[in-house]
Amino acid sequence: MGNIVELKNIGMIYHSLNGEIIALENINLSVEEGEFVSIVGPSGCGKSTLLSLISGLLKPTFGEVLINGKEVNGTSNEVGYMLQKDHLFDWRTIYENVILGLEITGTLNAGTKEKVLKLLDTYGLYEFKDKYPSQLSGGMRQRAALIRTLATDPKILLLDEAFSALDYQTRLAVNEDIYSIIKKENKTAILVTHDIAESISMADRVVVLTKRPGTIKNIHEIKLTCKKRTPLCSREAPEFRHYFNQIWKELDVHV
Amino acid sequence: MFKINRKKVNDKQTALQEISPEHREFLRKVKLRKTIILSTQLLILILFFVVWEVAGDLKLIDAFITSQPSRMVKTLINLYNEGSLFYHIGITCLETVIGFTIGTVFGIVIAIILWWSSFLAKVIEPYLVVLNSLPKIALGPVFIVWIGAGPASIIVMALTVSLVVTILEVLNGFLSVDQEKIKLVKTFGANRLQILTKVVLPASFPTMISSLKINVGLSWVGVIVGEFLVSKGGLGYLIVYGGQVFQLDLVMASVLVLAIAAALMYQGVVYLEKLLVRDNSQK
Repeated sequence: MGNIVELKNIGMIYHSLNGEIIALENINLSVEEGEFVSIVGPSGCGKSTLLSLISGLLKPTFGEVLINGKEVNGTSNEVGYMLQKDHLFDWRTIYENVILGLEITGTLNAGTKEKVLKLLDTYGLYEFKDKYPSQLSGGMRQRAALIRTLATDPKILLLDEAFSALDYQTRLAVNEDIYSIIKKENKTAILVTHDIAESISMADRVVVLTKRPGTIKNIHEIKLTCKKRTPLCSREAPEFRHYFNQIWKELDVHV
Repeated sequence: MFKINRKKVNDKQTALQEISPEHREFLRKVKLRKTIILSTQLLILILFFVVWEVAGDLKLIDAFITSQPSRMVKTLINLYNEGSLFYHIGITCLETVIGFTIGTVFGIVIAIILWWSSFLAKVIEPYLVVLNSLPKIALGPVFIVWIGAGPASIIVMALTVSLVVTILEVLNGFLSVDQEKIKLVKTFGANRLQILTKVVLPASFPTMISSLKINVGLSWVGVIVGEFLVSKGGLGYLIVYGGQVFQLDLVMASVLVLAIAAALMYQGVVYLEKLLVRDNSQK
């Protein structure tokens, strides 16, 4: 399998009246198709910036971002973005929310409509399609947000702290839920999180970033012995603690 | 995950169906309190008019200066018999409705333009601030000279009063739309027009409706002042005319009608709001 995302010597500088901030420096990273990569780092290290660069919302100051070998220039349908909160629009029904991306990209037609309904059906939201977001639980809302992202059929999913707005129990369940959907739909995923356990439990590789300016400190291949790789099962694997401690040390957190 | 949620919903529904005696007692108390408040409100209103009437009859107050409910009713009946009561009410209401509708629509359109071009918004900001603090009524004579002494001047007066407030209010609403929501549609590649129509406008809809509510009140001010200055008809005209010929019955009766008309129109907008702003928190 080839590299679907490639970051080459990425550097990012933000300008403000108080001066300039070097957010990212010298980032080189490749992600293979179908891989699940987590990025962890101390807050303010440019994790989210990295996702914005991959999605094409921002242009890097230095270096280049390649998707399928082509340089990223603005947003594309190849990449789906999931934000911290679900941001379902409360003036739209679940169905109307889910087709938002299709509306914007102008790809709403009988075929895509049918696909969306099928997704809603597969992931248990079909009977809620005419409800409003406030009538759904946090977990269901997150799932609706994922279907909204999947509707435009992106190859790569970017998850920007996508679970951090949920309470812990819901979060574990949603981790499980979203992970299985991503694997089932066979997507490549890049998850940004500050939760070490979450990053290990979901990912094939964990990228650890340093404090600002963010550079790659280490990349861990996560190899766990469990029957079927799911986030919850991963947390029970004997190697889990080992990875956790190593990443914790690398993050070098001082209070 | 999904099944657990379904169960939770079901539990909630059954809980709603079975009302315990304690809960019934609680509901009864809430209802009772509401009734007491409403009847006290009515009582104050009735008492006010009764005291006014009796005080006039007993010569405690001079009914020629203060008027009296019975004299106000008589005046209204006279106006009605002359056939001019609803003519005056109609003129004033029409001017107000046209004034606040145009004021709101123009205000929203200008707010959209300023949202679109942050350069223009920055440039125009100090002018808006000055215009906002300027009592628009001072412009009355200018409008009369420019537009002529007629309903058109009054309507322009009414819309001027509400226009600047609407622009500022609505623009503020636009700018306070959650940036993350805008980021979300941007990740789908939305252009500026799509950001406006898919996110900013629907998200600011409640703000626009609430500015409509403010505008109703402001437009009444504009219309009445306008009628004071130029008109030959309308409630403002009746008030000024009544004052000039020292007919306080006419003045008081017109003020009463004005109060009722303004309250009704405000309620109309509140009703419109209920109709248009979907309350999603309810099942």
